[in-house]
Amino acid sequence: MSEHHAAPTGITRWLFTTNHKDIGTLYLWFSFIMLLVGGSMAMVIRSELMYPGMQVVDPNFFNMMTTMHGLIMVFGAIMPAMVGLANWLIPMMIGAPDMALPRMNNWSFWILPAAAILLVAPMFIGGDFMSGQGPAFGWTFYEPLSGQYGNLAFFVFAVHLLGFSSIMGSINIIATILNMRAPGMTLMKMPMFVWTWLITAFLLIAVMPVLAGVVTMMLTDKYFGTSFFDAAGGGDPVMFQHIFWFFGHPEVYIMILPAFGVVSMIIPTFARKKLFGYASMVYATAAIAFLSFIVWAHHMFTVGMPVAGELYFMYATVMIAVPTAVKVFNWTATMWKGALTFEIPMLWAIAFVFMFTIGGFTGLMLGLTPVDFQYHDTYFVVAHFHYVLVTGSLFAIIAAFYYWVPKWTGNMYPPLLSKIHFWASLISVNVLFFPQHFIGLAGMPRRIPDYAVQFADWNYWSSIGGFVFGLSQILFLVIVIKTIKGGEKATDQVWESAEGLEWTIASPAPYHTFATPPEVK
Amino acid sequence: MSDVAGSYYLPEPSKWPVVGSIGLFLTTGGFAYALTSGVDGAMGNMAIMYVGFAIMAYMLFGWFGQVIDESEAGKYNTQVDTSFRMGMMWFIFSEVMFFAAFFGALFYARQLSGPWLDGEGNNAMTHALLWSDFKFEWPLLTTPGETSALGGAFAQPTGVIETWHVPLYNTIILLTSGLTVTWAHHALKKGERTQLIIGLFLTVALGFLFVYLQAEEYIEAYTQLNLKLSSGIYGSTFFMLTGFHGLHVTIGAIMLTVMLVRSIKGHFSEKHHFAFEAAAWYWHFVDVVWLGLFVVVYWL
Repeated sequence: MSEHHAAPTGITRWLFTTNHKDIGTLYLWFSFIMLLVGGSMAMVIRSELMYPGMQVVDPNFFNMMTTMHGLIMVFGAIMPAMVGLANWLIPMMIGAPDMALPRMNNWSFWILPAAAILLVAPMFIGGDFMSGQGPAFGWTFYEPLSGQYGNLAFFVFAVHLLGFSSIMGSINIIATILNMRAPGMTLMKMPMFVWTWLITAFLLIAVMPVLAGVVTMMLTDKYFGTSFFDAAGGGDPVMFQHIFWFFGHPEVYIMILPAFGVVSMIIPTFARKKLFGYASMVYATAAIAFLSFIVWAHHMFTVGMPVAGELYFMYATVMIAVPTAVKVFNWTATMWKGALTFEIPMLWAIAFVFMFTIGGFTGLMLGLTPVDFQYHDTYFVVAHFHYVLVTGSLFAIIAAFYYWVPKWTGNMYPPLLSKIHFWASLISVNVLFFPQHFIGLAGMPRRIPDYAVQFADWNYWSSIGGFVFGLSQILFLVIVIKTIKGGEKATDQVWESAEGLEWTIASPAPYHTFATPPEVK
Repeated sequence: MSDVAGSYYLPEPSKWPVVGSIGLFLTTGGFAYALTSGVDGAMGNMAIMYVGFAIMAYMLFGWFGQVIDESEAGKYNTQVDTSFRMGMMWFIFSEVMFFAAFFGALFYARQLSGPWLDGEGNNAMTHALLWSDFKFEWPLLTTPGETSALGGAFAQPTGVIETWHVPLYNTIILLTSGLTVTWAHHALKKGERTQLIIGLFLTVALGFLFVYLQAEEYIEAYTQLNLKLSSGIYGSTFFMLTGFHGLHVTIGAIMLTVMLVRSIKGHFSEKHHFAFEAAAWYWHFVDVVWLGLFVVVYWL
């Protein structure tokens, strides 16, 4: 491409774009909107649970909130944010002119709003909002409960569309990484973020079709008379859980592996040392991905599996601790005796390492069959996966924003507001989720709008933490807008010891980068 | 076709992705509306879905047409070609995993949950309490209960499709079509245009013959054997696996038809014919899935 056109203007720029940076921006804004939508649902949940007894909403509406909160955060907020980062960063990191298949890239994005509408629309069917008929069966949509749901078809097709989007996006990412690297950029020279996304994309292509398969079975069970999940016809509702979690377990790594990549980029920059154990990081990521396929039934220990199955899934699960620990030790070793400074991205990255590790440890506890019988379906599980997904994935996404936004916009973030954002989020998120460990261990079940008074105190504090955390993300929105609009100008290098091709180009990054591939030594 | 660094073809902004999204949205939303708005098990209004289909067809023609024009204009260098190849390979891998879900369901029902319903392992009480006179066998002709959880009565089949009859013919047909498409490919690489066209024509004909026989088989199942989607887990796995396979054969045959038309028009060169190879890969993929189906659905 010799003609270097500037960015087109108007709405068609965003509708018709084939530019990886535009599409990355679309993904990131979409995910931010979904974060706020899903977050406001969490506020409804925490309002209801602030005191025992029925306070604010109907039980069905509460169930709809927990369901939609989970679905929107997983499929609408975290995953698209990671894809947005991939779109923005991978071509710049590997010295490619753009993604390998730019038109398909745009399609991957524009399917998402369609899927979101199908998912959310049934909430608005019915006389008034409170009696809306959205999905209310939990984000894991277990059969046979979900099969009773009147608007199941909308949900099923929303999942299908999300699957199309993810599969096409992943195909694009794999083709880009394998085919578009600049000369000299060998696989083992790729930045960790690129590596983690390569493996994540593989996981997505492997498991999203399985999810599509299982929702198709739900659809035909409901509307076409099949009996995959109906024991009366020789099927088995537990089979749903097996197929779902064969997708679901890799899915949780889909949400965390790119976060690992982000943190592995940020920590070396602010420790002013090379990433400790780069090769072992790559192998650990691959090992985690492999193990993710063979541990799914640890989500269903209490469902009544044969003992041999329980034991196997326990042992396989605990093995994941090994490659995960390799990563945590490597991050720690990278910081060891480094010339550390604590810029905003570094603060988020260090918070990630601490709190993701807490989530990892509780995961280890949940992975042990005998104790899982106690923890299963309690708030302990809720606390566990929110430590992994909020203080893990979401914190890494926010860290990535602060780290790369000077490159994207040419502006530094507002320093004081950003510091307030970090400390407010860090403290409130722990007030929000840490007490849920206690009430979970004490036996409070998840997904209920009312509870015994013995859980009242910690729920109260959890709700307070929730509201502050929610408000902190409104502050984040302010920061994002302020940074886009202006601020201290960033240099091209931005961070003094940041390494990688993205820091060799101007800030803000020009609309087209690397029309001629750079030479990597 | 130049292989100079920096000549990777980056397309201009394109309307087709958004058109495709609107088409997908109306197709799926319209289908969901039809399914949820019907009264007494009937489908509701499907007009929105058909509009969606029309938009999808318009998008496919427009988008692929544009890509074909760009390809014929020589805008794609070998690096672009590699991107397309990777795209197709990983797409086929995703299809494999889609089928894996249904094969997995079949395996699980036959090997695990079916015997458990019959009391195997530590499930004696399940058997005693739920359907104590249920005997598990495969093919499962008599379902444990008589009506489904949602209330419909199961169709109890009198028999299943005979393995060494139409399914065997279909196996031979598909394997032969795999040979003819390979013959066509070799002809293309040697520049033998006539052989290419004949080979492709035979492949397409065999493909549609397969679909026709499969349809006949379904009619036999529904009208003579009372084997239906609603025949419990046997009918469910049988029709969903063979049905999705049949759908994929149809898609593959349509792809090959496009390749046939393009071959007649003089598209493709000895070295530059990715679209043909992609369609051929897809065809081999449906071939391999069929072999799996033949063994575990029809035979064992």
